[in-house]
Amino acid sequence: MIYNTQVAIIGAGPAGLSAAIEIAKDGGQVMVFDENDRPGGQLFKQIHKFFGSEHHGAGIRGFRFGEKMLEDCRNLGVDIRLNTVVYGMFPDNELGIVENGKSHTVKAERIIVATGATEKPLAFPGWDLPGVMGAGAAQTMMNINRVQPGNRIVMIGSGNVGLVVSYQLLQAGMDVVALVEGLPKVNGYDVHANKLKRQGVPFYMSHTIVEAKGNGKVEEVVIAEVGPRFAVKEGTEKVIKADTVCLAVGLMPSLELLRMSGAAFTHIPAMGGYVPMHSKNMQTTNSGIYVAGDVAGIEEASTAMEEGKLAGIAVCKELGILDEADALKREAEVNERISELRIGSHGEKRREAKDEIIRRYDSWKEK
Amino acid sequence: MNDDTIICRCEELTVGDIRRACRQGATTVDGVKRVTRAGKGLCQGRTCRALVEQIIVQETGRSLSDMDYPNTRPPVRPVKMSILKGGDE
Repeated sequence: MIYNTQVAIIGAGPAGLSAAIEIAKDGGQVMVFDENDRPGGQLFKQIHKFFGSEHHGAGIRGFRFGEKMLEDCRNLGVDIRLNTVVYGMFPDNELGIVENGKSHTVKAERIIVATGATEKPLAFPGWDLPGVMGAGAAQTMMNINRVQPGNRIVMIGSGNVGLVVSYQLLQAGMDVVALVEGLPKVNGYDVHANKLKRQGVPFYMSHTIVEAKGNGKVEEVVIAEVGPRFAVKEGTEKVIKADTVCLAVGLMPSLELLRMSGAAFTHIPAMGGYVPMHSKNMQTTNSGIYVAGDVAGIEEASTAMEEGKLAGIAVCKELGILDEADALKREAEVNERISELRIGSHGEKRREAKDEIIRRYDSWKEK
Repeated sequence: MNDDTIICRCEELTVGDIRRACRQGATTVDGVKRVTRAGKGLCQGRTCRALVEQIIVQETGRSLSDMDYPNTRPPVRPVKMSILKGGDE
């Protein structure tokens, strides 16, 4: 059958749900699609507390945000379709979906793509052995499916994902036998790193993984020191007994669907690589299509929720659901909160990268 | 990277296979895909795309900002043909 809706949102994570709430509370009609059996995206596996200021929900655990947004969606009558795969984007704002084993078409006046991110791969001999996985995958196994990914874990990468997941692995009773980082210093927040250090997790800075070895599964991991340009220093190899390698070497926007819409991308390493060019209101170069959250450049759940609101407000304005003055006022409020989130040494870099995306969109628009 | 290391797990292609494609003239992910099938498997390149890009950069000296994100086509997830065929009015 054909579903007609004012707004279709792909992805029921923090960005998608927050956009849906923003639109539905003004009376807009929204359908949200997600391939998973529960909404909330990555929020539901985030059992740690958020940082930041009070009105960004500091001190609240990630999954509580998810629960709150779901409740808001239910109260506002947002139509959330779970276990529903969006398999394609087609011209004139059409989506192809598969729901309950049947394919349907969705026609929307506007589409918000909030498909999130994918973990970056790292190739080394043995990376295709069972036991090598993304740190996010390990987190899903443990916090969602309640399964231990292994017993002795080598974590590759000391960004916040690597640090937080390592700590949760310890809490769930596993040993993190090495935390390996190519750079000379920890990449994520010191608060997270110090928790691991206090638990006695060995940190190997300026090190990389050389190989994972084993008969049909990971049994040993070889790491080594790196010199300039991450070249391995001969003779510094160490062999570690381990059954699991978690890769936390960064995230990249999930652009497979958006690519079909013809929206133009640009390359910004600080945002995860290729990102869609978008306006300050999250509109892509395909004017009917908006983006929000990690698909628009890798940041955090808190910024994803704010970007969702920006996209929601912009869509409401365009559809005539919200008048210009109200929209401007709300945009200003959201932008103020976003700029508070993009401060500090980590936030500053993200702010500059975001500004660059918008600058490139603006210069595309001028042409 | 070692020539024997797997890059595209779905199609079982190695670093050496991708390098050879570059030496035969492929300069983009789509080009490598046409020569080798890298990214044509079940995951549609979701895992290997970024790795193939790295090898192209090493082999050709091109920068990622001069390259384009490769084409994608529906379905982005494995969907049975019978479902696509039977679905719509």
